[in-house]
Amino acid sequence: MHHREAERQRAFSRRALLLGGLNGAAFAALGVRLYHLQVEQGPAYATLADRNRVDERLLMPERGGLFDRTGRVLARNRPVYRIRVVREQAGDLRPVLARLATLIELSPEHIARVIERAEARRAFVPVTVRDDLTWGEVSAVALSTPELPGVSLDAGTRRDYVAGASMAHIVGYVGPVAEAELTGDPLLSMPEMRIGKNGIERVYDMALRGAAGMARLEVNAFGREIRELARVESTSGRDVRLSVDAELQRVVYERLALERSASAVVLDAQRGDVLALASAPGFDPALFENGIRTADWKALTADTLAPLVNKAVTGQYPPGSTFKMVVAMAALEAGAIDPATRIRCTGRTWLGGHAFHCWRKEGHGSLSVVNALAQSCDCFFYEAARRVGIDRIAAMAGRCGLGAELGVDLPAERPGLVPTIAWKKRRLGQGWHQGETLVAGIGQGYVLATPLQLAVMAARIGTGRAVLPRLVREAAEEAEPLAIDPGILAVVREGMVAVVNGGGGTARRAALDIPDVRMAGKTGTSQVRRITTAQRAANLHKRKDKPWEERHHALFVGYAPALAPRFAVSVVVEHGESGSAAAAPIARELLEAAFRLVPPDPLVADGTPPTRAGSRES
Amino acid sequence: MGSPLMPGEKLLRLRWLFVLVVATIALAGYAMLYSAAGGHHAPWAWRHALRFAVATVLMLAIALTDIRVFYRLAYPLYAAAVAGLVAVEFLGEIGKGAQRWLDLGFVQLQPSEIMKVALVLALARVFHGKELADLGNPLSLVVPLGLVLVPVVLVLWQPDLGTAVMLLAASGTVFFAAGVRWWKFALLIGGALAALPVLWGQMHDYQRQRVLTFLDPETDPLGAGYHIIQSKIALGSGGLWGKGFMNGSQSQLNFLPEKQTDFVFTMLAEELGLVGALAVLALCLIVVAYGLSFAMHARSQFARLLALGMACTFGLYVMINVAMVTGLIPVVGVPLPLISYGGTAMLTAMVGFGLLLSADIHRDVTIPLFADDVG
Repeated sequence: MHHREAERQRAFSRRALLLGGLNGAAFAALGVRLYHLQVEQGPAYATLADRNRVDERLLMPERGGLFDRTGRVLARNRPVYRIRVVREQAGDLRPVLARLATLIELSPEHIARVIERAEARRAFVPVTVRDDLTWGEVSAVALSTPELPGVSLDAGTRRDYVAGASMAHIVGYVGPVAEAELTGDPLLSMPEMRIGKNGIERVYDMALRGAAGMARLEVNAFGREIRELARVESTSGRDVRLSVDAELQRVVYERLALERSASAVVLDAQRGDVLALASAPGFDPALFENGIRTADWKALTADTLAPLVNKAVTGQYPPGSTFKMVVAMAALEAGAIDPATRIRCTGRTWLGGHAFHCWRKEGHGSLSVVNALAQSCDCFFYEAARRVGIDRIAAMAGRCGLGAELGVDLPAERPGLVPTIAWKKRRLGQGWHQGETLVAGIGQGYVLATPLQLAVMAARIGTGRAVLPRLVREAAEEAEPLAIDPGILAVVREGMVAVVNGGGGTARRAALDIPDVRMAGKTGTSQVRRITTAQRAANLHKRKDKPWEERHHALFVGYAPALAPRFAVSVVVEHGESGSAAAAPIARELLEAAFRLVPPDPLVADGTPPTRAGSRES
Repeated sequence: MGSPLMPGEKLLRLRWLFVLVVATIALAGYAMLYSAAGGHHAPWAWRHALRFAVATVLMLAIALTDIRVFYRLAYPLYAAAVAGLVAVEFLGEIGKGAQRWLDLGFVQLQPSEIMKVALVLALARVFHGKELADLGNPLSLVVPLGLVLVPVVLVLWQPDLGTAVMLLAASGTVFFAAGVRWWKFALLIGGALAALPVLWGQMHDYQRQRVLTFLDPETDPLGAGYHIIQSKIALGSGGLWGKGFMNGSQSQLNFLPEKQTDFVFTMLAEELGLVGALAVLALCLIVVAYGLSFAMHARSQFARLLALGMACTFGLYVMINVAMVTGLIPVVGVPLPLISYGGTAMLTAMVGFGLLLSADIHRDVTIPLFADDVG
């Protein structure tokens, strides 16, 4: 017994010593591990620790402002307070957000979205719960922060579009940077970064952006700032001053909004400054600021009237009778007609056994080119076009600003179309038929123009200068004289004056109610044979059941005063049926507003610009 | 059996140097918790000190209690701990996730911590009654193995992988010290390896993730691997001499997770450097060495196994925790006794030290092999 107990104790002691040795060895191994980490790899880890501790944080530059020609604010940055939450600090987001919902407006759907977003990110990344808090909400949240773990208030900015929908198609909007827009510029990766997505915001984005600053911060693992080590301030983006007059723009947009779908352009006829350029229906640019919601986006894109499309530069319409000045000038220049030439209208013109009808079935009788313009006789221009040929018409159209992009500072500008024989061969692989020349003679067929081009055409005819449209306000050289004989221009102008002011003019009701100021213009009513951009965008051409869509477009182009044009205008009312009834009265209202609202251009008066606008960088 | 010892004699026999070493480790813990709070006694340091004071009284009380009392209490305590584990399993829906607590009204107890002591006590008593020759018979191991497996299964169920590992490892040392043959361990380890795939299937996703992340922390540097990467950065950047008390940038700036509990050693190593870390390890090793020395000098197999089991439990705590924060093993959630903030862990450690001291003070007490009349 004693012997066996002694044996057991010896065995125990042996094994206890062995265990002691094992413990010692394990501790020694831990010591070696510590030596390895702290001494051998110590410097490497020290570097890592430093990098861990110092965060180089980009400082957002302030985006440049947008102003109208008189300095009115169009887009500005408004400081806003927002609430952010860090999931890791909040623990469970649900009770925290529920508590928050008792202090600020937060719908259950909103909370669900925030949780979804937060859970998609790393636990220590702050997620915006709401921005644009009212002062009341800010103070309510600030007072309750002890009960709201992980919740913080901070300041950001929001882009405010003061003019709202009336300017939306010009100014455009900003939105969060999409994956595809990342260029490697770290500024673009900042969660608060907004870039121009449309309009001037997009075209002048680089100038408006500015340059990021940088702060070196000591931070903890949550990214919370402990102290700032160094700072390079950001450089604000440049301001951009537009040629547009915000007041006029508002009047124009509001007038067009009375129509189902319309667009209009008002130009400074001498300088080409776009004073107003509107497309209705429009949209609220503020919808896009934080990434547009799916429901809003669907509503906007499903709308058959295509509110997102700027029809003034993107819509391409057959110019109809507004094209007749081009045909007249081409024919006069070629000697195919002269001012005294009279052509007889019987209501139809025959070509190769096919009848081409005048809008007036009973015919206009014998007409000069001036009468033909005033009364918009179709037969006269069938004949004039036949005599001069499509290629010379096309050349004249080009000089008037049709058939090619004008290079205005807006995205999605379309070139319109002025057909030539070569174009048809190249494009359709077919020969030109003379009947097509006749159809082009009244601005139908292949001919397409944008409202902007039509306004430029009116300005060029009215001033005799090769005016180019501009959206950004800056001193510019006076436009070159147009390469068209002044005598020819005078004949066409006389016709255009008669349209509005003559006895048989098609737009007599549109005469301006301003003493001593006469408008010159031209109505147009174009058949809907082609699909407009707006319709294409809305897939409308597949639905032929609605008669409205088959009605003619109503057009008007003009300028005033007739003898020394200050303003040029174009109006297109989609499916408005009649240029004289639907478009001309609008043009008159717009011009009257322009005379009332837009002061004489100080740039023209003394030749020096009031401010230097930001110029385009890309 | 020597004559009964008077309380005064017992106090004289008490290894005050051992108590001093333990107190020094606890003091280091106090200092680190003071630093972790950014130079404040609240919320951790003062409570740590208070707990240590209370636990020291408990330790001394246990130390002065006759070792035979624990011999008698071994099975009842074990049964109570199992009952506690079962209770938390079915009743104790208290607390969070893996850590199940039993709320007894006046105190919250974690039965799995009690089990760490109770299992060693029960095993010590079982093996006390088995001679070396008995151990040659594999059937003699059925009861002790059952004693181990019941709590291990219950703890795994909770789930608490760290505690299960601790229980298995501590039991292993007791089996080994009791004289179980080498080849039986080989067999067991072989069996365990064979069972690994089954265990993998039983594991919770987060546990699997821990293992996978452990194998390659860089795959998820901001998720599951974040803790271990940050721990290595903090620890490594401490260098030889450390960044200075309260100057651990990584810990102080919250890069280090749970710096007051499982990762307190990282903070210590960052602020006090390799020198400080090795000093603490050395103190812990001294505690283990003391414990083994107590074990070897005891006359009863029960006291020997109890002392050895408690010493090795403490050693395992330290090894697993330090191996964990240095990235040698997966993060299993084992605190560093006396230094990490946490009441139950400190209590377990101090109760263990009390038993160690009791085994030492009563080293001359013999316990009859099979007698129930040990009193």
